[in-house]
Amino acid sequence: MSTHTLSVLVENSPGVLARVAGLFSRRAYNIDSLAVGPTENPDISRMTIVINVESHSLEQVIRQLDKLVNVIHIAELKLDDSVQAELLLVKISATSKNRFDVDAVLETYGATIVDEDSESLTVEATGDAAKISDLLNALERFGIRELAQSGLVAIERGSGSLADRTLSTQSIPTADSGQADYQN
Amino acid sequence: MSKKMSGASSLVQSLESAGVDVMFGIPGGAILPAYDPIFDSSIRHILVRHEQGAGHAATGYAQVTGRVGVCIATSGPGATNLVTPLADAAMDSVPLVAITGQVPSAAIGTDAFQEADIRGITMPFTKHNYLITDPKDIPRAIAEAFHIAGSGRPGPVLVDIAKDALQKETDFVYPSQLSLPGYHPQIEPTSQSIKDAAALIAQSAKPVFYVGGGVIKANASKELLQLAELVGAPVVTTLMALGSFPDSHPQHFGMPGMHGTVGAVTALQKADLLITLGARFDDRVTGKLSTFAVHAKVIHADIDPAEIGKNRFADVPVVGDLKHTIAALIPAVKAEFAKGRADLAPWLASMNKLRATYPLGYDTPQDGSLSPQYVIERISALTGPEAIYVAGVGQHQMWAAQFVKYENPRTWLNSGGLGTMGYAVPAAMGAKVGAPDKIVWAIDGDGCFQMTNQELVTCALNNIPIKVAIINNESLGMVRQWQTLFYEGRYSNTNLESKRVPDFVKLADAMGCVGLTCDRPEDVDAIIKQANSINDQPVVVDFRVFRDAMVWPMVAAGTSNDDIKIAREMAPDWDSQEL
Ligand SMILES: Cc1ncc(C[n+]2csc(CCOP(=O)(O)OP(=O)(O)O)c2C)c(N)n1
Ligand SMILES: [Mg+2]
Repeated sequence: MSTHTLSVLVENSPGVLARVAGLFSRRAYNIDSLAVGPTENPDISRMTIVINVESHSLEQVIRQLDKLVNVIHIAELKLDDSVQAELLLVKISATSKNRFDVDAVLETYGATIVDEDSESLTVEATGDAAKISDLLNALERFGIRELAQSGLVAIERGSGSLADRTLSTQSIPTADSGQADYQN
Repeated sequence: MSKKMSGASSLVQSLESAGVDVMFGIPGGAILPAYDPIFDSSIRHILVRHEQGAGHAATGYAQVTGRVGVCIATSGPGATNLVTPLADAAMDSVPLVAITGQVPSAAIGTDAFQEADIRGITMPFTKHNYLITDPKDIPRAIAEAFHIAGSGRPGPVLVDIAKDALQKETDFVYPSQLSLPGYHPQIEPTSQSIKDAAALIAQSAKPVFYVGGGVIKANASKELLQLAELVGAPVVTTLMALGSFPDSHPQHFGMPGMHGTVGAVTALQKADLLITLGARFDDRVTGKLSTFAVHAKVIHADIDPAEIGKNRFADVPVVGDLKHTIAALIPAVKAEFAKGRADLAPWLASMNKLRATYPLGYDTPQDGSLSPQYVIERISALTGPEAIYVAGVGQHQMWAAQFVKYENPRTWLNSGGLGTMGYAVPAAMGAKVGAPDKIVWAIDGDGCFQMTNQELVTCALNNIPIKVAIINNESLGMVRQWQTLFYEGRYSNTNLESKRVPDFVKLADAMGCVGLTCDRPEDVDAIIKQANSINDQPVVVDFRVFRDAMVWPMVAAGTSNDDIKIAREMAPDWDSQEL
């Protein structure tokens, strides 16, 4: 089983999330996470999809995804050439007794406190999957009351941009489409 | 140049601009605004009796003409009745545009009267679909829908339009240019892929052409004939490809698959190279995939890159329009052959011998009753290869695939991928509308016929004189055959009693058709000739046939093609064959 991160540029049109999610479900592909958000271009959204490929080849998944008319471009982002991050919000039990220990853990992981009351602290942290899971392990002994986690987002390292390279403004004359009788 | 008009007029003018000459449909509340301008339009609208009929008719029209078929329905139940034909068209790559009315945009999401999320429902089996709530988006959506449906790998596109978008005033401008940043079908194959394919062909001593429906979609039959004759290899044509290569050609080995010929199935199994053209390694062709053509390398040419490697690894993938691909292969193969090629003689000798030993055949019923295969054979012989043959789903479909002689593309229509009972009558209606000068025979089952025969009323009223042969075995014959073979003859719910009820002759008559009946072999020719001579009315012939006839050969579902049976518990005599 192997995990891959796909960065998928899609037209910012209604229903596109349903199309992608529906494709994955009906073809029995496993999604680990999916995050959607705007890009620098208001007409385009980026989906970052982490998939677990077992019985299907990555190539098959990409080709099926590419058949969706609203999908403009798909790139696999490898760990080495990309920056990847998830967002974690976690509520832990914290009292004056263990507060010192908690602070030490948060400092190690660069996590910050975004809310607190007399019994609990809400912590925010970002990072790749390994860091987030290590942080959660370290916080476990204080008692995790609730957690919310985003899907992974990722971006290529370096100055290039996927959109620059892929957005052709090629247009199709409508006269060429549709209704010509066949010639065998 | 823009003109002020209602969204509905804009829709109809867009359809006219897209070149639509005919559409099939039924009005209702949400689509009603569109039916007003349809009244004055140059487009012929054929009022069907069930929206499923509209969808299959659009498919029949598209399959015969190569143009995009169009159907139209209202919201809710009208739209959901289109679900089956849309799924059918997706499976068989048929270019369709379906227009549906939707409840007014303010009511969407409120479970309004006759609301159904048809865009959501049809996402899995449309190539693309739209929900339009602003009238200014109508022309672009229609133009895109026709482009997407008809180009690349063809498929159905649905355009759902909210009622208020049809009613509001808008500026009509039909776009002259489309911009679809995520849609670029690859037409030209790469020269490297053509070279690699040609090299493999020259090295192969046991090649087979595995031809699928894509060759017909690409209108590439002429090119296929040239390439096949150049290479000299056996050609097998799948259920969707019948007619793409002449049955009468000495290289033709028939249909592969579950009910394929021994020659076609075995040629694939023993080949060292499959030259796959527009086929998709469907389970009905491959049998148990891990045992399919295990010695063969694969050239897989298709316009849809997602088909390549989906079921079977391709040694040489060739992505492109098959007309271009095959045309490019011809000179490339010639160039390779000039350098030398493997000797095919031993392979052709053994395959030709096998084919001669196991031709298609059937037993004549002992009790003197009518053999279904004989009826179909005679329809073909007396009507000829210029006619169009349309089947339902079941035993009669397989016999029509086996015993009609196909010589031309777009003369055989059936529901291959989805296996939709009820396809034949409405698809034949659409075919006749698309090719009014051709004889169109629907070869239907008594079960299938009872699903959609009401479209014969449409045919009778609209001067669409199709012919229907009901192969009446008074049962859901294909299911019954499985019960015979795999369920110890326990015939649970497959007895239709259709030699008793309904009276198909009276039913035909009631629907404005000529009804004929035939139950004796000696009457078959005269009845077919009579049916062929009637051109001003639809004709229905109730052929009352032997109930226990079975479709052979057969590869049982999920088993290996090597276990093909030519009759019950009877395998070919492999030992006497040197393969
Ligand atoms: C809509 C639909 N329902 C059920 C089936 C399953 N099925 C496949 S063949 C068949 C029997 C068809 O009977 P008939 O039309 O009489 O054809 P026959 O096999 O007898 O020639 C059935 C029920 C199907 N393919 N489609
Ligand atoms: Mg039957």
